[in-house]
Order: sequence, then C-alpha cells, then structure tokens
Amino acid sequence: MTDLAIELIGICKSFGAVAANRDIEMKVAKGSIHGIIGENGAGKSTLMSILYGYYQADAGTIRVNGKDTHIRNSQEAIRLGIGMVHQHFMLVDTFTVLENIILGAEGGLVLKHGVKQARAHLKELNKEYGLEVDPDAVVGKLGVGLQQRVEILKALYRGADVLILDEPTAVLTPQEADHLFRILRTLKEQGKTVILITHKLREVLDITDNVSVMRGGQMVGNVRTCDVDRAGLADLMVGRKVNLQVDKAQREPGEVVLSVKDLNLVDRRNVKLLKDINLQVRAGEIVGIAGVAGNGQSELLEVLAGMQQPSTGEIFYKGQNLGTLKYRQPKAAVLRKLGIAHVPEDRSREGLVKAFPNYENAILGYQCDRSVCKGPLYSRKALVARMNQLIKQFDIRPDNPMLRVGLLSGGNQQKVVLAREIHANPDLLLIGQPTRGVDIGAIEFIHRRLVELRDAGKAILLVSVELEEIMSLSDRILVMAGGQITGEMAGKDATAPALGLLMGGGDKH
Amino acid sequence: MKFGQPSTLPRWAQLTILPALNLLAALLVTGVVTWVIGENPLECLKILVHGALGYGEGIGYTLFYTTDFIFTGLAVAAAFHAGLFNIGGEGQAYLAGLGITLTVFAFDKVLPFWILMPLCMLAAMAFGAAWAYIPAWLQARRGSHIVVTTIMFNFISYSLMLYLIGHQLIEPGSQNPTTREFGQNAWMPAMQNILAGIGISIPSTPLNGTFFLALIACVLFYLVVWHSRWGYELRTVGTNEHAARYAGMNVTKIIILAMCASGALSGLASVNELLGSTHRMNVLFTNGIGFVGVAVALMGRNHPVGIILSALLFGALTQGGLDLSFAKPMITREMVLLIEGLVILFCGGLENLFEPILASFFKRGK
Amino acid sequence: MEQLISLLDSTIRVSTPLVLAALAGLFSERSGVVDIGLEGKMLTAAFASAAVAYATGNPWLGLLAGMFAATMLSMLHALVSVTYNGNQLISGMAVNTIASGITPVLGLAWFQQGGNSPQLDDVARFHEINLPFADSIANVPVIGQIYSGLLSGHCILVYLAFLVVLPLVTWTVYCSRFGLRLRAVGENPHAADTAGISVVRIRYLALLCNGMLCGMAGTFLSVYQTGSFIKEMTAGKGFLALAALIFGKWRPTYAVMGCLLFAFADAVQIRLEGVPLPFIGEIPSQFIQVIPYVLTVLLLAGFVGRAVAPKAIGIPFVKSR
Repeated sequence: MTDLAIELIGICKSFGAVAANRDIEMKVAKGSIHGIIGENGAGKSTLMSILYGYYQADAGTIRVNGKDTHIRNSQEAIRLGIGMVHQHFMLVDTFTVLENIILGAEGGLVLKHGVKQARAHLKELNKEYGLEVDPDAVVGKLGVGLQQRVEILKALYRGADVLILDEPTAVLTPQEADHLFRILRTLKEQGKTVILITHKLREVLDITDNVSVMRGGQMVGNVRTCDVDRAGLADLMVGRKVNLQVDKAQREPGEVVLSVKDLNLVDRRNVKLLKDINLQVRAGEIVGIAGVAGNGQSELLEVLAGMQQPSTGEIFYKGQNLGTLKYRQPKAAVLRKLGIAHVPEDRSREGLVKAFPNYENAILGYQCDRSVCKGPLYSRKALVARMNQLIKQFDIRPDNPMLRVGLLSGGNQQKVVLAREIHANPDLLLIGQPTRGVDIGAIEFIHRRLVELRDAGKAILLVSVELEEIMSLSDRILVMAGGQITGEMAGKDATAPALGLLMGGGDKH
Repeated sequence: MKFGQPSTLPRWAQLTILPALNLLAALLVTGVVTWVIGENPLECLKILVHGALGYGEGIGYTLFYTTDFIFTGLAVAAAFHAGLFNIGGEGQAYLAGLGITLTVFAFDKVLPFWILMPLCMLAAMAFGAAWAYIPAWLQARRGSHIVVTTIMFNFISYSLMLYLIGHQLIEPGSQNPTTREFGQNAWMPAMQNILAGIGISIPSTPLNGTFFLALIACVLFYLVVWHSRWGYELRTVGTNEHAARYAGMNVTKIIILAMCASGALSGLASVNELLGSTHRMNVLFTNGIGFVGVAVALMGRNHPVGIILSALLFGALTQGGLDLSFAKPMITREMVLLIEGLVILFCGGLENLFEPILASFFKRGK
Repeated sequence: MEQLISLLDSTIRVSTPLVLAALAGLFSERSGVVDIGLEGKMLTAAFASAAVAYATGNPWLGLLAGMFAATMLSMLHALVSVTYNGNQLISGMAVNTIASGITPVLGLAWFQQGGNSPQLDDVARFHEINLPFADSIANVPVIGQIYSGLLSGHCILVYLAFLVVLPLVTWTVYCSRFGLRLRAVGENPHAADTAGISVVRIRYLALLCNGMLCGMAGTFLSVYQTGSFIKEMTAGKGFLALAALIFGKWRPTYAVMGCLLFAFADAVQIRLEGVPLPFIGEIPSQFIQVIPYVLTVLLLAGFVGRAVAPKAIGIPFVKSR
C-alpha cells in the first residue's frame, strides 16, 4: 500500500515538433487537493489528457495507487477510479441529469433497473457532498454552476477516487466558485483526491494542499502550498520576470470618439447580457476592459462593432448617434466604413478564413472598399502588392502573400488581422484578446503597435482577460462583471488585487 | 456543412491526380461488375470509347450531353462554394422547362428569333432561380435544411409538371403527355447548321449553339467566383460564416443569391434540351441531368476547368453507354448510373481516402 | 363502412414499407448520421430479395438476402460517414445512384427481362395471412368487419412491422442501454466519448439496424406487393419515409403516424382517380401525391410545429483534444 493516489514518472509527449510535456514528474497524495498551475499553453491540459487516457504518452510511467498502469482510453481511466470534469462540459443537453449520469455506466442492457439504482445512489451522493442537484431536471435548462455539479456527480457515480477539474472556475461567478470549493473540501474530507488545474494563484493558495507548477511543458516545481506564498508561486509559474510594462508616455487624451449611454442587451431567453453600460473612449486613449471571461465583454465588443443589435441604449461615434443611422448594408460594414476597426476575440472563428491565402484575408471586411476594388473585378496583382506591404510593416512570417493563413503560427495570424485593421487607418479600434495564443515576441510587437496607435491619436477599446496586459496598456481601466461595469480606475493606479475585487463584484443571475 | 477542407496537396495534384485516381477506382469497380455479369471489361471499354468519341455522330451526341452536364455541374458548384448542397438541380431544370414553354407559347407566333431566344433563356433562368429561391429563403430565414427541402422540391416539381403537362399544356388530341412543337423561331441553331455557315460539314446531331453558351458560362463562373467581390463574399460565406458576419457581409442575401444562381444555371440545361434538341416539352425530359451535376461538380472540384472535363467524361459515358447497350444486349445503359454513383462515392464521400496517401507521398518526395 | 375499412386496409398495406424505412432512418439519424440513401437501400433489397426468392423459391431466404444487401450498403455509408468522416449527404446520394445503376445491370444480366426480375412463383412470395376466425365473424357488424377486413389478411411482414418492429424499436430507443447511447451520440458525441462510449461503434450498430430494416422494407415491395422486381420500383418511397421521419420529429411513434398519414393520402388518391367530387370536380392525382412533400417542407420551415433534428446530425465526429 502507498499513500500516493497518482504518480507520474518521466512523462513525455510531443505533437509533431512541439514538445507539450517533457519529462514530467508528479506525485499526488491520497486525500489531498493538488493544484497544477501554469500559464496558458504550459502543458497542464495535455498532461491531464494523458492521465485520463485521451492521449498516450510517448514515454514514461503512470502509477495509480502504487501500481504501474497503462491507460489507453478514458474507459480504463474510469475503471481505475479517475474522473474528469472538463472545462467545456461533456453533457447531453436534451437528457435529464439522471440520464447524463448513467450514460456509459448504465448497469445492464435494460435501463429500468439501472435507473432505479442510480436514483438511489444519486440521492446518497447528493446528500453526502452537498451537491443539491435535481436528478430529473433537463440539463440544458440548468445554469452553468449546476451543470458543473452534474459533471462532478457523473465522476463520483462512476466511483472516481481521483477527480480532475480543468479550470473549473473560468465560467463561474465568485459565489458559485465558493460553493464549488466547499464541495471540493467535502470531497477531500470523504477521502477523495482532487486535482485542480488552474492558472489562478488565489485558488491554489486558498484550497490546495500541494501544488505542481508547470512552465513550457516542464514541471518546474512540486511544493507544499503552506510553504509558498503568492509571489513565490508567480515567480515559478512565469519563470523569468516577464516585463510586460510597455514604455508609454503620459498623454492628455483628446475629444470623445466613442460614447455609450445606458446600453442593454437581452438575449432570446431573456437573460440580461449587458446591463446599463456607460463608457467613453477618447482620442489618444487606451481604455481597457478587465473581467473574467464570459461576463459580457465579448457581447459588448460585438455590439459596438455592429455584429449584434443592442436591446436599448445609445452609442455615439464622433458625436453621431449610430442608432439613428440608416443601414442599407449590414451594420458591421457601415461602421467599418465610418472608421471603426475591430480585431475580434477569436481570430480563427471570426477574424480569418483559414482556407484563404494571406492576401485574401487582408481584405476581409474591406472587400467593398474603394482601395481594394474599383471595378467589378479584383486585381489580384494589387491585392498581393497590398499584402506584401502589410507583411513588411508587421513583420509577418513567412513572408509569402500566397500562403494559406491557416498555416501561419498564432502570432503571425494575429498580426495579419491587426495589420488589416490598422491599415484601414481607423479612428476607433475595438480589440479583443490581442495576444491570446500568441508567442512572447509577437506579444511585445503587438503591444508596441497599440501604443503607437494611441500616440497617433486613435481611440482604442481593449478587452482582455489577461490582467497584466490590461494594466500595462490601458490609460483607464473598466471592470466588467455579470454584464455590468463594476468599477473604473486609472491605469497607473490599478493593482491586481483591486481589480480582482471588482471582477468578483457583479451579481450574476 | 462545409466542403473542400484545406488540403496539404499541391494544387495541380488536387486537380489532376486525385480525380484521376478516383475515376480509376470507380472504373475498376465497374469493371469487376462487368466481369461478374460475364462480359469482357476491356472490350466494353473499347466499345464505349468508340461510341463516344470514335465517329462524328458519337462526338456530337457526347458534346450535346456535355453541354447539359456543364450547366448542372456549374449549378451544383455555385451552391457548393457558398457551403450549400443543392440537390434540387433536377427540379430547377424541370421548372425552367416550364418557363421556356410558356414563353415560347406566348411569343413564338409574334417575335423573331433574336428576341425570342434571349427571352426564353431569361425565362429558363428565372424559373430555375425561382424554384431554388424558395428552399434558399426557407434555409436562410426559417432554418430548414436545404438538402431535405430541395429533395422535397424535386418531388413537388415532378407532381406539378406531370399535372401541367398532362392537363394544361398537352397538345390537343395527343395521346402522349407532351406539348406541341415549338415554332422554328424558338429553335436553337443546330451545330451542323452553324458550322455549315462557315463551310464545315459535320453529321447531324442534337449538338447546338447552347454548347458555346456553356463555355461562356464557365469563363464567367471563373471570373465571378475567384476575381469578383461577389465571389469573394460567396466563398467566405461558404468556408467561414462567422468571418462573413464579422466582415459585414449579408449572409442571408448571399446564400439566397448563390442558390438563385445555381437554379438559373440548372435552368440553362433545359435550354439545351428543349430549344436545342426536342423542340417540345415531354414528361421527365430532365432525365437525371440534375443529379449528374453533383458528380460532375465533385469530380471537377468545383472549378470550371474541372467541370468541363468531368462533364465531357459523363457526356462520353452517356453516349458511349448507349452505344454499348446496343452492341451488348447483356449491358444496360444504367451501367452509366453505376459509374456515376461510384464517382460520387469516391470523389465526394471518400475524398479523404486517397488524399492522405497522396499527401504523404508528396511529403516524402520533397 | 366497407369503403372506409378497405381504405384503411390499403393504408396499412401501403404504409408498411414506409414504416420500416422510416424506423431504419430513425436509427441512423438518431445516431447523428444523415441518411438520404434509404431509397437506394430499399431498391437494392427489393432486387436482392426477389432474385434470391426466385432462385430458391423461398421468400424467407429472399428476405435474408434483401436484409443482407441493404446492410452492405449501410456499411458502405458507415465506412464513408463514420470511418472516413466523409460528407454524409453525398454518401447517401452515392448509395442511391449506385443502387439505381447496379440493380438493372445485374437484373438484365441474370434475368434478361429488361432489368426486371421474372414474376415470382406462389411459393416464392409472401402471402396474406388470414387470422383465425376471420371468415366466420366477418359478418358481425363493426367488430367483425374490422377484424376480418382490416386486421386480418395482411402479409406476415405487415404484422412484423407493426407488432414486433415498432414496439421493439420504440423500446430500444427509449428503454435500452443501446438507445440511450444512440441518442447521446446523436446529440453530443463528445459527451458520449468522454463517458467511455465508442461513437464509432454505436454509429456502426445504428447503421446495421438501419440496413436490416431497409432490407425488410425493400423485400416487402418485391417479394410481397408486386411479386417481382421492377426497375426503380421504390419510386421515391425512401424519401417519403425520410419525410415521415422528419414529420415525426425523429420519434418512432410519431414517425409511424406520419407514414400512416402519407399512406392514407395515397390510398385516398387511388380511390379518387377519375372520380369527380361535388363542388370541386375531379382532383388530379398529383395534387394528393404532393401533400407529404409539401407538409414536410412546411414543417421543416416551422410553419406547422417545429422539427428539431438531433444536434450532431450530419457532422463527422472527430475526437477533440
């Protein structure tokens, strides 16, 4: 017998030329809450996917309860008592909670018998761990927090002793997150082992017993949580002190370019996504919007870019009420013509057509622009020349205008989008997650371009979930939570704890 | 539903080796079937090729069918580029026949050829487009699946046309469900007459001036899809609808326009059939040309050059298959349907079968 | 009364292949694989069953052959849609076209009757079965009439379809483990996958059921209804079944009701052929034939109710992560 639930020894995994995990060592004690912390792309998710049987490690050993095992698929992981709560819930929306839970563990060819047993078992689990889930509710109609509990129930029902949670609080309100942590503590008290993947230091310090820190595919530290403090963890996680501080001179902002008054957005199911938003962006100013993902920032960007209609409220652009304009074309096209450029949050979904070559992507959104197309037909030569210019200005690599954009790295793809939008010489730039999935070199480049743009007197509205990015770039910071603006502070005065406080300040639902 | 996954193959290989491999696979399977029913596949192939291309009349018929298939192939491809599968080319061509017939009946006593002919073409395109417009509108506005709707619209068009031809448009006193013959001023000049005008004599076949129209359509198709703003928007909607919305494109309008263009192209096939060949409308004159269009577009990779080549292939198969069925009493002309089905299977459904093999071959070569 | 009973009687007969094919489609579509190839599978089954029944003189062997042939095409569809992640609609269309091609080709080569099969001998066909006492109580009003006129005197496949297949399918889809997994795979294959269910296996199994039921539907047409294979004898019945399936919102009982409705329209149309009605006059048969298709279009467009398809339908499953 051993007191280790999971032991990973020398785990390696590569995808093509990229080593996602290199020689990973990790020990998870039974009955503990074990945090795995690391930045985006540090290899946490890959490691857990190996443990849960989605991937096979190229080398290394996995020991579960002290025994060498070979986990070839998730079924085997389940059999070994490993359960996983995915970041994107793996639930069938049209099924009831009960049906979702027994799926894959029906206990026989006929459902009736298994359902009866499951119902009883579920009642027990519900009580034991304080989960409070109605087994007959249809999952699609439950809130996010409850759906997550269904996922936990699913794992427990399968007899999981080790529960892996992948960024569980990314989608939760602070209250929901607290509830979740209470549940996790109960689980621990009942002798279960919890592995918590996160990139939030606070969570790790609050709830875990031990913590493993990953960086760039390697395990850089396995420590007891009580032995480290916030700064020490952050140091481990980031490695060298990345100086995200961008050199930027103080600048007196000019006149108001964008002004939003009492903006509301209600979706089809009558959920309020945006509540009474008021904000202003001036020329020569970067306004940053901070917040946990899913608190209305994406919707705000889309409304401002004309991709969604606001339910109520007014938007003024350079003094002009956009609501009273006549729209002969889709709103997004009209706003672009007025000088509002938009770098979308999700470049592969919206900002680019990956199957198109670079030069065609460089006119996306500007396909009707005079500078692109004078007659009925395009001149391919002119488009390629235009792309070559962008490639030079933005150092896009490889410098081939005919290359399909999907073959570029994330950073270069983002540069293509940014180059296109800046090339249009906008007066207002709406930009979401400018450096998501972008390498360090490109991050610095992109940040510098944004500051240059601001110095040239343009107005920039920046949405990002990366607090450091917001703090280093913004002249003013607005914080959103639950679809509302919960606070505002000057960029130079902002501190992470103060922002964090505001980010948890909305009352969602 | 999206088509044309980005491929790692060089473009020329995509357009040449891959279709050739797929065709080869289809012919191999057909060869096996031929062998099973006790015929010599090679001998049959020889008869087929000779029937299609070996003598003047054969070539004429081959090109006549090719004309049909170019139009229906372009029609399917136009919709494909917008990410839509228009399986309703058959019904759209059928309805276009109605447009032609009504126009001819209204004007063939009063208008001269050079007014009536363009009018008939416009009518064919308008009716074909209108029949495609409804499913497109239903998809764009009401979210009903365009494939299912166009299938249903094919059946609706059969019933509608059977009724109209059988009860309303039938030639008085005729036993067969067919309309009266069109006036000669509504006849598309036959190829033998056109060429006789410049001193070339060819055998008399249904091949007619519409053939040139088909070639012009291919050029226009190329320019519009790859070199125009509209084509850019069309392809964007077809590959990434979110990006299209982000770029401020009117997705609904583009989808509807693409389907209308598709329907109009299908409609032109009816010009070839009715004005070029039969000079009257029969029941079921479309005879599956709309469905062949799917095979043609898939094999031609939605590119006009590919479409011309694969239309030529299917034209040859149709004509050669007929000759073959006369020469070999044990072989029916439905053999062509089998090949068509196999081509759809290999080029469309199993597009992922040969591609990775070829791709790895190319990688190793580098 | 007698008229009504004979109308309902032919409704049941006409609906049987539709019911079998619609339930076949249900398996496939509920697992997330679109099936527009029902038509082709029925046609192939009709041919194979007629050919084997003719050769062996045994309708049951014909049935087996029909089921086998249709299953082969189902497996082809599965190979394309599930293994090679190809386009399911195109695959379905390929199945239809191949079926339209290969049946007359083989038919002509084997039987030399222009692609059709010879008329089957009596022993090689399925026959109507008279239920016990059907004759003796035929004259009892209402109950007797219904019993002997409506319920008795159908082919064994009719009883199989309504009394065995339909309850079995309904039970399987809603009350069995396979059914639960089937529905899960069609709604959210990633969820099923993480629960340790093989999406590929479930979809193959679904298409296996699909093939067998299509086989029964096709056999009904050739070995019972006409007693021979005729070129293109399915004449759109596969698409009609698909329409009924959508009409029934992908639920077994509703789909069967759709089939009965469409079959009833067909039965009425045959009776109205050439008969002038008061006030309206003669209704052209095409007007009634078109009803199922128009209804389906209206339903899909949400003008009469709304049909929500299984969420993952038509999308090849590629393991994420």
